[in-house]
Amino acid sequence: MSKQSFKSWYKSGEPGIWMSGGAVAIAVIMTIGLMAVIAVRGLGHFWPSDVIEARYSVPGQPVQMLLGELVQEEEVTRERLAGAGLPIPADAPEFMRRDLFKVGNRDLTGADFTWLVGDWLSEHKTPEDIVVLERREWGNFYGRLVNVQEAGKVVAEGDAAWAELQKRIERVDGLQAKLNKLHKGEIGAINHGLERLRLQERRLELDGQLSDQAKADLAAERAELNARYQGLEAELVALNAEFDRDSATFKAIDGREVNLTLGKLVHAYKPNAMGPLDKTGFYFAKLWEFLSDEPREANTEGGIFPAIFGTVMMTLIMAILVTPFGVLAAVYLREYAKQGAMTRIIRIAVNNLAGVPAIVYGVFGLGFFVYMVGGSIDRLFFPEAAPAPTFGTPGLLWASVTLAILAVPVVIVATEEGLARIPRAVREGSLALGATKAETLWKVVLPMASPAMMTGLILAVARAAGEVAPLMLVGVVKLAPTLPVDGNYPFVHLDQKIMHLGFHIYDVGFQSPNVEAARPLVFATALLLVLVIALLNFAAVAIRNRLREKYKALEN
Amino acid sequence: MTDLASANMNANTSPARIDFNTPALQRKRRIRAFKDHLTRWYVGVGGLAVLAAITLIFFYLAYVVLPLFQGASLTKKADYTPSWAAELGKPLLLSVEEQNEIGLFLDKQGQAVFFSVADGAERQRFQLPLPTGASISAIGEDQPGSQRFVLGLSNGQALVVQAGTKVSYPNDQKLVEPVLNYPYGNSPLTLDPQGRALEHVGVAAGDESLLLSASVGSEVLVLNVTEESNMFTGETTLTEERIALPQIADPIKAVIVEPRQQWLYVINGRATADVFNLRSKQLLGRYKLSEDGNVEVTSASLLLGGISLMVGDSKGGIGQWFMVRDKDDNFALKHIRQFQQGDAPIVQVSAEQRRKGFVALDQAGQLGVFHSTAERTLLIEPLQGGAQALALSPRANRVLSVDDKGEFHLQRLDNKHPEISWSSLWSKVWYETYDKPEYIWQSTAANTDFEPKMSLAPLTFGTLKAAFYAMLLAAPLAIAAAIYTAYFMAPAMRRKVKPVIELMEALPTVILGFFAGLFLAPYVENHLPGIFSLLILTPLGILLAGFIWSRLPENIRLSVPAGWEAAILIPVVLATAAFALSISPTLEVAFFNGDMRLWISNDLGITYDQRNALIVGLAMGFAVIPNIFSIAEDAVFSVPKSLTYGSLALGATPWQTLTRVVILTASPGIFSALMIGMGRAVGETMIVLMSTGNTPLMEANLFEGMRTLAANVAVEMPESELGSTHYRVLFLSALVLLSFTFVMNTLAELIRQRLRVKYASL
Repeated sequence: MSKQSFKSWYKSGEPGIWMSGGAVAIAVIMTIGLMAVIAVRGLGHFWPSDVIEARYSVPGQPVQMLLGELVQEEEVTRERLAGAGLPIPADAPEFMRRDLFKVGNRDLTGADFTWLVGDWLSEHKTPEDIVVLERREWGNFYGRLVNVQEAGKVVAEGDAAWAELQKRIERVDGLQAKLNKLHKGEIGAINHGLERLRLQERRLELDGQLSDQAKADLAAERAELNARYQGLEAELVALNAEFDRDSATFKAIDGREVNLTLGKLVHAYKPNAMGPLDKTGFYFAKLWEFLSDEPREANTEGGIFPAIFGTVMMTLIMAILVTPFGVLAAVYLREYAKQGAMTRIIRIAVNNLAGVPAIVYGVFGLGFFVYMVGGSIDRLFFPEAAPAPTFGTPGLLWASVTLAILAVPVVIVATEEGLARIPRAVREGSLALGATKAETLWKVVLPMASPAMMTGLILAVARAAGEVAPLMLVGVVKLAPTLPVDGNYPFVHLDQKIMHLGFHIYDVGFQSPNVEAARPLVFATALLLVLVIALLNFAAVAIRNRLREKYKALEN
Repeated sequence: MTDLASANMNANTSPARIDFNTPALQRKRRIRAFKDHLTRWYVGVGGLAVLAAITLIFFYLAYVVLPLFQGASLTKKADYTPSWAAELGKPLLLSVEEQNEIGLFLDKQGQAVFFSVADGAERQRFQLPLPTGASISAIGEDQPGSQRFVLGLSNGQALVVQAGTKVSYPNDQKLVEPVLNYPYGNSPLTLDPQGRALEHVGVAAGDESLLLSASVGSEVLVLNVTEESNMFTGETTLTEERIALPQIADPIKAVIVEPRQQWLYVINGRATADVFNLRSKQLLGRYKLSEDGNVEVTSASLLLGGISLMVGDSKGGIGQWFMVRDKDDNFALKHIRQFQQGDAPIVQVSAEQRRKGFVALDQAGQLGVFHSTAERTLLIEPLQGGAQALALSPRANRVLSVDDKGEFHLQRLDNKHPEISWSSLWSKVWYETYDKPEYIWQSTAANTDFEPKMSLAPLTFGTLKAAFYAMLLAAPLAIAAAIYTAYFMAPAMRRKVKPVIELMEALPTVILGFFAGLFLAPYVENHLPGIFSLLILTPLGILLAGFIWSRLPENIRLSVPAGWEAAILIPVVLATAAFALSISPTLEVAFFNGDMRLWISNDLGITYDQRNALIVGLAMGFAVIPNIFSIAEDAVFSVPKSLTYGSLALGATPWQTLTRVVILTASPGIFSALMIGMGRAVGETMIVLMSTGNTPLMEANLFEGMRTLAANVAVEMPESELGSTHYRVLFLSALVLLSFTFVMNTLAELIRQRLRVKYASL
């Protein structure tokens, strides 16, 4: 075999083996490669990369100064660049570099990102005094700090300004936290209370019990809430004035100066002056901010906490719904139903329902749960809110119920498999000792099948967490103003719309006005979702494997 | 149970044994038995309820879809003979307003009576400002729903009347009052200077001008009235301009002005239509409205939007005609479709004011309800006591008719979804303003007289196209990988590979879609030559690697045990891919003038969308691979080992054993794997939504996008109004998806079960 010609090698069938082996290699590479790209792009986003200052000379145009972060570089043909309308000289090399820079300053220049021909850049520098500002609106700002002002008067200039700026940003952050608390906490509670009073009044009116006494009571309560609001409002005005007190002037690379109130800044940092340690610290702070903060600027900046919260909430409710029902159906099918043609048909049907397109469940959820069930609930229990729907509109509850219907076949199939694996001998042993069927089920069969149920539940949760298509119809929105859980009665708002990680990816990546700026954030969100789902799946696999080992021991 | 056993069980015979029949134990036994029963019932009822709940999805979808295919029905609401009607003559015009509250009755002498539709009580009466001695000799309506009429008078003049209602809320009570306006003045406009009675009239009011046309005998008269308002005084002045058209020999039966004021249809002779171009003032052409020489045209009117002309004939047929533009930009009146009501001549065709439907009345007093786009005959029913005039309410839910004895009949018309028929969903339909029948999905538009185009054909085509390209990638890769994993791979490697594939299966599709749409699509667009060379070079690279491996010295070859080829290939595939992508710019310069995308669209003339079928194929192929893989792998792996060993023992090589024994035995399983993969590809939503442009096209082109049924539902469902036709059609597409995947999956499952039985018997 050592010396063979290509022909005999071909005849031996080896090529087939190698080709099929290649298919495995390709599948593995595709999966790992996808994960790697998402991980690199997602995690790289938070790293404070150096800001480059360079001269950009387009042939036939005046030289411009450029300031920004290099995001991407690629080699392209001369023709492609010429096709894009750039003045490429005829003697230019066949291949040229094209760089994507994040230059920020959207309020001044109109776009965050710009494509440049790399070959026309010269004199790359990374000056230490460059400041990067993360702002609450208009994206990042790149430039130099000129001075810091308090109520319009300059308090620090030159080298001292930076320290002063940091100090004052800290102060503003404290004020911001207070303002948030006031807005979301107390004022939110008052608004909620007022709304409840309005509904109460309407309810009494509908029931024909709106007596003068009741009216007076309601008015008194309302007056009290309004009085509390007046007090808070004064506090709010004072805080806002404090908040807007300080400002700072920055100079962009084209020489224009911008004065920004510090309330508009989230962070100010000098990436070029930071050492690796500083950068690492900054990196983790940003990562934490991503996980724990609320989104800003139409979801393209800031964090994704509401989306994480919404996903977890929805999945939790789904899990609570799906487990008992799925297990009940599986126990019935395996333990109680008479095995025959009928159970076989049911089993096939249940199996197939797991393969039905998710969007079909979304359509069903919208038509049946939202419009039919929700509409009836509204007519029966919430006539006072009409015409505004309470449960007759997509929301958390319906999203969870729809996902539960979608995931219940998964739990049934997994539990059934677990039940089928329990050796007959165990069951018969229990019955022979005089236990009734119910006792055998409760004390012997179900505990033994519990890991299988766990597996089913985990798989169901994994499927539900990653599903987006049905949710678009039954309760997930791009931006929910409040979390579904808060301090106001009844604390868990099942009728509220929620945000969702998967939908967040779709929405920010495809519906956002500034896709280029949002892209890294989408990668980071995708990474988080992949990690959660991969973790859930590996947990399910691990439990399943342990289960198999256990029964092997029992069978021998 | 034998006697011996029962004797032994009897506790009383032996005092040494425990007494099991104490009252406490008996009670406990009863409770236990009760609990057992309870559990049995609970599990039975609960389990069945859960199973019923998840099958509910079928029935609910069908329940929503069903009304689409129901016909129309008429229900009697009220009959009355109002006293005021007796003093008036025959109705020239009968109409009902929006709320179905007030009706309008107009007679020859210009008496307009508004009456309550429910009981016929007179609400208000107007005398139209007709010149003394003149009576109304003809009436014509502007666009359906405009409530604007032109009255042709016996003295050759014409008066434009606008009927309407005014809603006010005095004392918080809703009050609907009828009003009659004369938008072009109270005094009639002179159409025939000779003062002959106008026999037929037509009107079209545009933004600036009013076009009136009338006929006397075989003479066509056209008057263009332009309104100009003086900027300083605010007074409006009317300028009248007479348009002279070539004359016709035959007596005229109807004149209809198209609302855009471009065409004038003059029906004359037995069944001829002369179409005049009002801009160039020329005769465009003469068209025979019927091939049958005995047929005579008995009625003609416009459909909603004023594009289609509905022509009723003496044999009960109604033809739809509209102007069609050909390739050279020439217009011609074309026969689009034909409806048949009965044998009696059609006397009136009334268009619906919200949809492209119409009702027709024939001489025998039969009412026909039709829809033009769907080519549907929804109802043909005789009206009570015949009818001499008919009014269809604006919402098309009431029919008011007056019979020969002057009795009014009010009926409710239930006709919720006339737009949908088998042909409108699945066949080519000739839509208004299109030059030929086409498959189109366009469910909504801004204007109200829009013709909904709800053909599921382009969506189904898009679905199958996306699935086809996905399967093109997934089927060979997944099956080859499954065969290798099940048959050749070393168990240690198998344990490592399977979790990777399982992870691949678990990846949320939204991530694949986003990756494809945001990363892959632009990347592929910029590296097209690289991607195509990747497709060619990878198999070659693998083969080359295999061959080189076989020529390597034995000590190297033996250091890697059999069944680890795939591991060796990972760096090979990576290197090939890197090479293929790195030569992409070079290839582009060498063969495609430096830009392959431009080359495709300019030199090949193929449209290139950034998000196209190639991207969908790659992304969805990725999603489908694990589904196919796991089932195919299972099928190959469970081929009884005795078969393989037998074949190997007889001297066959592993490859021969695989192709001649293993694959043949496992082929039903592999087939069912493909079916399940297909089912998944058909129903996938997010990937298609994100990696195509979602344009409903019917192009097999690899470089163009598509819209699938599932993506269409996701896009349009949130905006669809509850209970509307659009809503139900979206449910129908969900039902189509559900049935398709369910049938595919069931078949696959049955095949697998049979295979399992076969394996067990081997």
